[in-house]
Amino acid sequence: MEFFKNGKRIDDRFPNELRPIKFDVGVLERADGSCYVEHGGNKVIAAVYGPRAVHPRHLQEANRAIIRYRYNMASFSVEERKRPGPDRRSIEISKVSREAIDPVIIKEFFPRSTIDVFVEILQADAGTRSAGINAASVALADAGVPMRGLISSCAVGKVDDTVVLDLFKEEDNYGQADMPIAMDVRTGEVTLLQMDGHLTLEEFEQALELGKTGCATIAEMQREALIQKYQGEENE
Amino acid sequence: MRKKEKVDKTIVIPGDLLSDDPAKAGEGTYIENGKVYSLMYGLADDRERIRVIPLSGKYLPTIGDIVIGMVSDISFSNWKININSPYEALMHISEYPRRIESSEMAKIMRVGDLAIFKVVDVDQSMKIELAPREGQLRVLRSGRVVEVSYTKVPRVIGRAGSMVSLLKDKLDVNIFVGKNGRIWINGKAADEELAVKAIKRIEQEAHTSGLTDRITKFLEEEKHGVF
Repeated sequence: MEFFKNGKRIDDRFPNELRPIKFDVGVLERADGSCYVEHGGNKVIAAVYGPRAVHPRHLQEANRAIIRYRYNMASFSVEERKRPGPDRRSIEISKVSREAIDPVIIKEFFPRSTIDVFVEILQADAGTRSAGINAASVALADAGVPMRGLISSCAVGKVDDTVVLDLFKEEDNYGQADMPIAMDVRTGEVTLLQMDGHLTLEEFEQALELGKTGCATIAEMQREALIQKYQGEENE
Repeated sequence: MRKKEKVDKTIVIPGDLLSDDPAKAGEGTYIENGKVYSLMYGLADDRERIRVIPLSGKYLPTIGDIVIGMVSDISFSNWKININSPYEALMHISEYPRRIESSEMAKIMRVGDLAIFKVVDVDQSMKIELAPREGQLRVLRSGRVVEVSYTKVPRVIGRAGSMVSLLKDKLDVNIFVGKNGRIWINGKAADEELAVKAIKRIEQEAHTSGLTDRITKFLEEEKHGVF
């Protein structure tokens, strides 16, 4: 498969270029916080409920809030209908995504409670867990949850022996490696790092650096989106 | 004419650097490596201390707060009361001014009843104890209660109570604002209706400046225009 033409990728991007991203804050009336994200061909909605009482009760912690994260793909989100409901893959993604956002949340403020995050993938085009984490992070801020910072996430990978930022479907399916990263850009703390495929040590280091610049760009978009929610209204 | 109100509070997000001086850290901030950062998505209020006023979030009671609660359950010796918070509150039977039997509890307050309470105790695990406000239990039997985010309560009250005074002044209603974002409005039906509209508008535009004037205008128009 041909991945490059005149130094540009199949979808007309440079190797270090992100896909177009759009954030919409507070799209759900009944959720405490919410965010809709379009990231290239991905369409993702995140809803945050809480802090609220924990059900079932035995899950509650006496001195802090618990975080629950559900990543779910709609049956129509991919070309071939996906059987609805949690599967091995989505359970794993829910777990790693929860662990990606967990370190920045101040859980001690809300003993015996839960903060529930629901991420629905409406349309998938590679990098859905990253898009989900970005949306969840903004939704948490929108819900007024105290946090040390925002988590931003994006993927890097390798196609045609070249390290590229933010793979889309074809590159993900036929490429050589895919590596999602999530981090708090201010502190530089990486909270999620997975890899599928093979990278040499040099490539890995190059990829990590590229991923960090991607996350930094996304962090800026997240802040814009949150500020816009209130400034937009003021300009009316 | 606009009153002298402090405007231009900047919107901040979690992790924003607010100050290099840890002594300035106020509510809604945290200190890391001697610098002050924001904990919340909200408005940074930079005075002698910097605090971040959240734009959303759940109400957490503190001792002394006056709140409007709704009875959600009655147990042997406690009324369980919902106070629009992640945590249920309790009012013990002995907090009632007169000595009563357990069987009489439902006569005083039934499930679904609303009343004004004072928070008398909050412990580390967020066990909340309530008492009737001013020693006399006031169950709300007339009027209506609306809910706004607790973060907007200061705006509904206004500087030194100016907003509430305005509403009471223009409309023939009695208003009580609970710390937990529940607001009791009591008066003529049409006036109550208008008060609810005004309060919803205040909630929506809480972060903007010149709000008092806009609400004054809104009330004038509604009163003389539609009715």
